[in-house]
Amino acid sequence: MTRDGADAAHAPARIASPAGPVRITGHASPIIANLIVWALLVAVPFWLPLVGGYTALGTRILIYALCAMALNVLLGFTGMMSFGQAAYFGLGGYGAGLALMHLTHSTWLAVLAGTVLGGLAAVVLGGLVMNSRGIYFAMITVAIGQIFYFIAERWDNFTGGQDGLAFSREPLHFGSLTVPLGQDAFYYFVLFFFAIGAAIIAILLNAPLGHSFVAIRENRRRAAFLGLHVTRYVWASFAIAGVLAGLAGALDALLNNFISPASLYWVESGNFVIIAVLGGMRSFWGPLAGAIIFIGFQSYVSSLLPNNWETVIGVLFIIVVLFFPNGILGMIRRRVKFG
Amino acid sequence: MELVLFDGFNGLIQGAFYALMALGLSLIISLNSVINFAHGGFMVIGAYLAFALAPYLGFWGALIAGPVLAAILGILVERGLVRWLYGRPDPVYSLLLTFGLALIIEDSVRTIWGAQGLPFAIPSALDSPLSATYFFITGYRVFVVGAIALAAGALFAFLRFSSFGVRIRAGILDLETVEALGVNVYLLRAVNFAIGIALAGFAGVLAAGVLQLSPTMGNDVIMATFVAIVVGGIGSLLGSVLGGLIIGVAAGVTSAYFPVASDVVIYIIMALVLLVRPRGLLGQEGLFE
Repeated sequence: MTRDGADAAHAPARIASPAGPVRITGHASPIIANLIVWALLVAVPFWLPLVGGYTALGTRILIYALCAMALNVLLGFTGMMSFGQAAYFGLGGYGAGLALMHLTHSTWLAVLAGTVLGGLAAVVLGGLVMNSRGIYFAMITVAIGQIFYFIAERWDNFTGGQDGLAFSREPLHFGSLTVPLGQDAFYYFVLFFFAIGAAIIAILLNAPLGHSFVAIRENRRRAAFLGLHVTRYVWASFAIAGVLAGLAGALDALLNNFISPASLYWVESGNFVIIAVLGGMRSFWGPLAGAIIFIGFQSYVSSLLPNNWETVIGVLFIIVVLFFPNGILGMIRRRVKFG
Repeated sequence: MELVLFDGFNGLIQGAFYALMALGLSLIISLNSVINFAHGGFMVIGAYLAFALAPYLGFWGALIAGPVLAAILGILVERGLVRWLYGRPDPVYSLLLTFGLALIIEDSVRTIWGAQGLPFAIPSALDSPLSATYFFITGYRVFVVGAIALAAGALFAFLRFSSFGVRIRAGILDLETVEALGVNVYLLRAVNFAIGIALAGFAGVLAAGVLQLSPTMGNDVIMATFVAIVVGGIGSLLGSVLGGLIIGVAAGVTSAYFPVASDVVIYIIMALVLLVRPRGLLGQEGLFE
């Protein structure tokens, strides 16, 4: 959806129409499209090696897709330009890593600890940033991210400083059954949480809450006139994005068995924004498509051109901004006349 | 006491750099509506071009030629890439485009000149301390502060007294009306972008003499520059100078008393300012929100 006047004026009316629910995440045939997506995701360990990838790459794509989908609730659906998603991603990673090192041997609890740490920070800080708008919102979110980055970098004896923390994920226990988290098993472990995260986002976006987000994006002032507490909805959107970013960050730390301040750095926040825009900010699966392209491209180009892959990534950004402003999915949808 | 003076003076120099960078960035944000993430990259380009030209032109020639060449490159970028974003109000696109540009610039500089730091020679006349007690006040450092003050003063005079400068200021307030009055706004925006880049290039050459050249020298500055603009208020040029000086001196003084916090203090100042005054110190309500 573009931001020209006609669309902006039209969209709130459509949301308020009693003619039935609006499919924010809609395709022409959402069920078939979703089934195809999920079938491909479940089968990743079988087909990805055949096309030259490896399963851990698929795991990484899922994790980044989850974090970018979470960010997209705020960025694409609420229209708030957050540039600090890495803060909650990194906090999730530190939560999981520190829990494994000091508190527990359960990988499940480590994931929970990371999600809670990232989510708690987002809930508290969301209350501080919810009054800001536009560029100021982007700048205050990035400032908060940088504060966490420098804390992690300087608090050597707790966070390991620049060197980060190394730990190892523990096998899962189901009663007497022990499942070691090898490459493939860990992929399904991540897919399980990805499915939960995606379901939460889909349910919330199709609920009145999500429609309120879109109303705020399309016309903040009109949404306020309609009686929406705009700042509270921004807070809610920020909190949702942060909780799921914490989850993704915890999974990322477990994937690498490592966490360092780089996960909190603003460049990482920029990567999440790019993933969302690359795939399509206005569509539900956009960030997944963006993560596939971004992570896949990064891994392919950095092995092909180890010294100059940054240039290729930079050119990719510019091409996307100039020629595909609606992202890959947005472009496909326009061509095929989906929903 | 001398330690505080030492760090305070260092902070002042830092702050002067931030202020000069912030001025250029602020001009570009205001008239071109572009958040220029590549501003640090253009600073690096100015520095390296001066480094390459210094053997032929000498320090003083390179000090002028570096920023001018960077500005010409800036015009090419504006005409080729940035102007396509003028119709899109969402800041995300300009952020991403210039983010990509910053990656390309850093990578190219590293490929051409190497990742290692390079020394940049300054005239020996400027290289000696001015007094034995305050050994840290070298002639070059005083020169840097003076040159930045001169550049900032020249910019303000240009905007205040020249007809082109008046058009730029009018365009910042209401570009549509300025266009309706028959001003060539394409030229206006291109020149404005080039002025911003030239200021960044100038800062780069001066910084090269204080530190040394490295492809990543812009990365450390760009975030601080954003912070300076937000603290001062987006859209206010005077605010950018003020914000730059405040965070520079604050970082310098903090490193004297509480070195661990010297990096983080600027972000804490920014968060506090935004909580008390959401538009920054001198920003206007409703602008850029």
